[in-house]
Formats: sequence, structure tokens, C-alpha cells
Amino acid sequence: MISIFQNYGGELLYGLGQTLLCSIIALFFALIIGSGFAILEVVPNKFFRIIARIYIEVFRNIPLLVITMFFYVVIPMYIVEISGFVSGTIGLTLYSSAFIAETVRSGIQSVDPGQMEGARSTGLSFWQSMRYIVLPQAFRYVIPPLGNQFINLVKNSSVLAFVAGFDLMYQGNVIASDSLQSMSTYLCVGVLYLILTLPLSYYMRYLEKRLA
Amino acid sequence: MLTILGAYSWINIRFLLEGAWVTILVSVLSIILSYIFGVILGVIRYVQIKYFSAIVGFLIDIIRNLPLILIIFFTYFGLPNIGFKPDPIWASVIAMAVFESAMVAEIVRAGIASIPVGQMEGARANGLSYWQALRYIILPQAIKNMIPAIVSQFISLVKDTSLATIIVLPDLMNHAQIIYGQNTNYTIPMFIALAVMYFIVCYSLSLLSRYLEHRLGTAKNKGAEEAEIVAQETQR
Repeated sequence: MISIFQNYGGELLYGLGQTLLCSIIALFFALIIGSGFAILEVVPNKFFRIIARIYIEVFRNIPLLVITMFFYVVIPMYIVEISGFVSGTIGLTLYSSAFIAETVRSGIQSVDPGQMEGARSTGLSFWQSMRYIVLPQAFRYVIPPLGNQFINLVKNSSVLAFVAGFDLMYQGNVIASDSLQSMSTYLCVGVLYLILTLPLSYYMRYLEKRLA
Repeated sequence: MLTILGAYSWINIRFLLEGAWVTILVSVLSIILSYIFGVILGVIRYVQIKYFSAIVGFLIDIIRNLPLILIIFFTYFGLPNIGFKPDPIWASVIAMAVFESAMVAEIVRAGIASIPVGQMEGARANGLSYWQALRYIILPQAIKNMIPAIVSQFISLVKDTSLATIIVLPDLMNHAQIIYGQNTNYTIPMFIALAVMYFIVCYSLSLLSRYLEHRLGTAKNKGAEEAEIVAQETQR
């Protein structure tokens, strides 16, 4: 294991950086898209609710790999040339945004409906009461599950290995076939993933306990 | 238009269905294994046997925080280094079972923890032993609360079987790739077929979970709150 770190340290660190970069970009956009659809799901207008429901159900029930491969295979074939990293990040964003939308929606719904009614009766509009009264309270409930979604996102970013995204998993495969020591290479890759996810996971558990 | 019709010729559909069969086979085998081991591990983690539970808990945390693809690679390419060489189907079943039983174990632990302490105290006061109380009083209530979370875990298991194409498991994804590899005109139709097939399986599972929620009455009564807690804590 140590010899793997010594011989291929640079490649592994590069992969780690790409994994982190892809996860952060995907998290940023997935948060925006996800919160947007979550709010659409609770507006009074039925049409918007149905649109949001369809979006969420479709992306939740199709495997991440199918979405990613679609962007890797079909988009370059017909529309525009994009790299594996970009198509992987787009797939990851769409997939995670559906889960984040579900999380944020359950956060919004866990806020007492009296809050919304009170805000409306003091003269705020729907969007104002959403923005100033409901969302700030929902945010507090949502933090631990959102953290879990981020951990998931980091783990799911390994799908970039399928589309030559040069992430940690991809580099791991390259090193494994180069060094012929698959077992210790994958153990090293596992340790690097754990460095990203395990502290976050324990911190989220601590937050959950404190908020509960 | 003709190419689309060609993509859905009977030979291609049959080839896809063969892949779907492998997907379902692998999913069902791993669901059974991961349910059994998940409940056992979850109970071990809950009952606090000295040292043992802590070690099991730490191992569960490690496996939960690794990508499934890594575990699949490790099983298929890593284990042969120490002389154990499973074929693609068994390698993916083993990898999925290891990963998902860690996930189920966490759900089970949260589910048991959501049962009020009074239940255990009452059972003990009635003369049941600790294990009897756990088996007959706590677990039945806990499993009722856990069902939505467990079913949604199994939905993601079905989706995750597609990752095993990387070790050439002849599943739905792999067969679709073979078809559009032979004729690139079939690419979009194949992706539509893939999306539809996975969607039908996963969405009907999620309808099943919703139906079970209502049937077991967790949707309306006090149990709903606990079920919600379990679902939130383990939403991964």
C-alpha cells in the first residue's frame, strides 16, 4: 500500500482533486436546481406542482449511470463535443438535484403550516413569506440530510470513472492495471475516499444529535 | 423513423429483456442477502455488546462511506490477488450485499432507536428476557417503521446494479451498450428503452412502499413521526 502511495502519489492526489472539484460544482448547481423544484412542489399552483413532481420522479428513478452515459454518448454525437468530466458533472448534478429537492421539500413541509398562515395574514405575499419566514426555518431542519446528500454526491462522483473523468476512481483503475497490485491500489483509493466522506459523516451525525 | 423501429425489433427487445432478467436476478439475490445480514448487523450495533458492537459499527460506517463502484472493483479485481475469483454475477451480488447490508444495518439501528424506551421496560417488567423483548416487542414495531426507508434503499439497489456493467455483468445496461455499439443510430432509442425499463421497476417499487406505508397505518398515526425520523436519519 505504501509503495502505491510513493509511486503514484501525484496521480492519486490529482484524482482526489478532480473528485472534489466535480462534487463541489455538482453540489452548487444541484442545490440551486433542487431548491427551485422543492419550492415549485409547495406552491399553490397545481401545474407547477405536477412539473416538479415529474422532474423529481424521473431523475430519482433512473440510474445515475444511464443519465451520465446519455450525456457522454448522445450529446457529443448530435449536439456539442463535451469532455467526460463535464458530462459526468452534468449527470451528477441532475441526479442529485432530484434528491436534494426531496430533502428540501420535506424540510419546508416540516415547518408548522401556522407559520405560513401567520405570515400571510400579516400581509406578506406568498413569495415574501416563503423567503423570509418559511425557508430560514426549513434550512435548519435540512442541514443534516443535506450533508448526507453531499456525502452521497462525493461517493456517486465515482461514476466519472465510466466516462474518463480522471477522478479518483478512474486514476485508481489506471494505477491498478499499471502496477498489477489491484488489491492494495483499491485499498489506497478507499482510504482517500474515506478521508473525504468519513469526517463529514460523523460531523453530520453530531449535528443531528444536537439539533434533535 | 425507420431506425427507431429497427431499434425496437424483436431480437433487440429480447436481448434487452435477457439483460433485464440478469438485473432482476442480481437485485433479488442481493436484496435477500442484504436484508438478512442488515437486520443482524443492525441489532448487533444496537445492543451494545462490549467492543464487538463498536467494531461492527465502525466497519459499517466505513462501508457506508465508500463508493459502491469501488467495492465492486475490489471484489472483482482485488480479491483474485488473494486467490478468490468470483464470476461477474457473484462478484456483483457479493459487492452489493456487502454495501447494502451496511446501509440496511444503519436503517435498522435508527428504527430500533426510534421505539420509545418504555416498550422495552414494559416488556422486561412482564418477565420477558432482553432477547425475547427485542424479538417479540421491539423488532416488530421497529420493522414497521423502517419499511419505507428499507424499500427506498432497495430502489437504489436496483439502480445501482447498473454500475456492475463495468465488470461486464451481462445486465440491462450492458446489453443496451452492446446494441448501440453495433449501430450508433440506435443510441437514443436504446437510452429511452433503458430509462423506461429502469423507471418502471423503480417507480413501481416506490408505489409499493407508499402502499405499504398506508396499509401498515404508519402514514397517519403516531408511528408516522418515528418513520419520518428513520427516513430522515438514513436518507442516503
